Amino acid sequence: MIRDAHILVRALREPASVERLDGGQWSELISIARAESLIGSLAHRLADVPVPDRVRAVLQDAIGAHDLARQQALWEADCARRALAGYPGKIVLMKGTAYVAANLAAGVGRSIGDLDIMVARDALPIVESALLDAGWEWVKPDPYDDRYYRDHMHELPPLIHRERDRMIDVHHTILPLTAGPRPDAQAILDNAIALGNGLYVMAPADMLLHSIAHLFADGDLAGGLRNLWDINLLLRHFSEADEEFWTELDIRAKTHGLGREKERALRLAARLYDTPVYRFSAGQTEFADYLYIRRLLARDGYGRETRKLIRFAFYVRSHWLRMPPLMLAGHLWTKWRKGGKPVG
Amino acid sequence: MAEMHQIRLQIGPAAFRIASVWRQPLDQLAALYRDYPGPSDHMVDFTVRLEPDKPWRRYIRPSVHIGGDFWLPDVAPLPLGQGLLAAEMGMNLQMALGWRRHLLLHASSVEKDGRALIMTGLSGSGKSTLSAMLAQKGWRFMGDEFALLNLDTGDIAPFPRLISLKNQAIRAMQTVAPADRFGPEMTDTPKGDIRHLVPPKAAIYRMGEPARPALLLFPRFGHDPELRDMGQAEIFVRLTQASTNYVALGEAGFRALTRFVDQVPTRAMDYQSIEQAEELIESLWSRSP
Repeated sequence: MIRDAHILVRALREPASVERLDGGQWSELISIARAESLIGSLAHRLADVPVPDRVRAVLQDAIGAHDLARQQALWEADCARRALAGYPGKIVLMKGTAYVAANLAAGVGRSIGDLDIMVARDALPIVESALLDAGWEWVKPDPYDDRYYRDHMHELPPLIHRERDRMIDVHHTILPLTAGPRPDAQAILDNAIALGNGLYVMAPADMLLHSIAHLFADGDLAGGLRNLWDINLLLRHFSEADEEFWTELDIRAKTHGLGREKERALRLAARLYDTPVYRFSAGQTEFADYLYIRRLLARDGYGRETRKLIRFAFYVRSHWLRMPPLMLAGHLWTKWRKGGKPVG
Repeated sequence: MAEMHQIRLQIGPAAFRIASVWRQPLDQLAALYRDYPGPSDHMVDFTVRLEPDKPWRRYIRPSVHIGGDFWLPDVAPLPLGQGLLAAEMGMNLQMALGWRRHLLLHASSVEKDGRALIMTGLSGSGKSTLSAMLAQKGWRFMGDEFALLNLDTGDIAPFPRLISLKNQAIRAMQTVAPADRFGPEMTDTPKGDIRHLVPPKAAIYRMGEPARPALLLFPRFGHDPELRDMGQAEIFVRLTQASTNYVALGEAGFRALTRFVDQVPTRAMDYQSIEQAEELIESLWSRSP
């Protein structure tokens, strides 16, 4: 039985490596890829490799499912565009929706959940009321959570559309306001690139740094292999398209205060996915890199989460990153008192 | 982490790996699926996982959480005594959420002379019991949970998993089916009393053989016997509700379903006893093209 997700990383990195798998190993690879939301990416990656018939059918199912996800994501983005037609500022698509809207390799076969957009912070009230008028509603009608989002987060509390049942996250920057790094949101909006349909995506370096910030300066690395795969594909694409890209990336990383995170992302992408990176942009290997890799690969051949201790450590770290200690204590106290129920 | 026990099962076109931290549910599965051929080369489409709800629930009042490649949040755990039910629910969940090679209709189906009768309806309509009964009377059982509509040919593929008998249907089937084809009785499950019945051998040996859909019924138990015509729009809408993957299949699902509604004669059927239902079905079947 396979004890970590290395088999998936290897299959993505060297598709030909799957030709040696037996039936049992295929089942394990498929379970791991599904659990890591990478089955669609894997399916496209293995399109030209000979695989057993049943595996081909499984991969074809994944391609079909992600084609539909892509279509739905673009439709949802267009719904938001129409709802915000009266708003004169830039509406910037983020994450998966941006990758498919901009036709990037990172969007091919990628699973996409919510619609993420970014607008100027001072425009939030206008944008919010336009979305409410167009059928979106609050998901969490809890006064503490609502206040918390508005005071400390990088996005509005999530909204869900009452008919289509799809969520939208409206961001005004790319990291929580309580996090260490303070990215320059205005610079991101200023440099955003028009798609031609009235919507925007971030400029290459910003798009990549958002993905990096999300993985290394925000959450607990859940779904990290997928996120790092995005980073790998974006790095390859942007650095091939523009030889000045590495310089641009370094400059933008400084602008946003994400220098260390950028270096770690480059090192781990190179290590796991063989991404060709500019060595001087990647910094020195650290012991912590080893812990990140242990955490990223913590999945066994049944698709189960493994390495509970290191998972928990990264979970604790994610809260630490988001909040100064005193604030974290207050937050946990409030959450505990409520026992998960709304107050107020 | 601890190794899990596992078993691989092939049902119709789909193959499953069931992994469990306990032996008991897998031993029960192995006994009930003994006539089924295993998947070739150990290749499977889906993995189902049966794990403790909380770590200590492996030993103390063991409770089974249903997980796997595809899963839903908030599925209530089941006691270990209902582990077999958990495995079956896990397999259904994989099909409902992950299968895209057919349009899935929540329906039972039986076949005669290469033509399929499909029965769909709400829980309690009797579609499962009717298919099990007809299977004892010269029809080939094709499935009591999902009818798989081929997106290209319009044929129905069999998915003859264990027949899930509930409450009174258990007694009714015990009078006609051999005793060694029944699984353990599980009482007080979320769906009442449940006992699984192994389909007749012919159904298992021929589980790769599709059939042309020839008649669609919407049975309803507990009303005076009657057959009623239905409008195409109603049939279509009710089938979209009976399908678990209609939306996920997009245009391909729409095309397959509109063709099905166009071509397959359909009736609503009320009945109060199995005998009445059999009579009504025979009368329709002898007249159907």
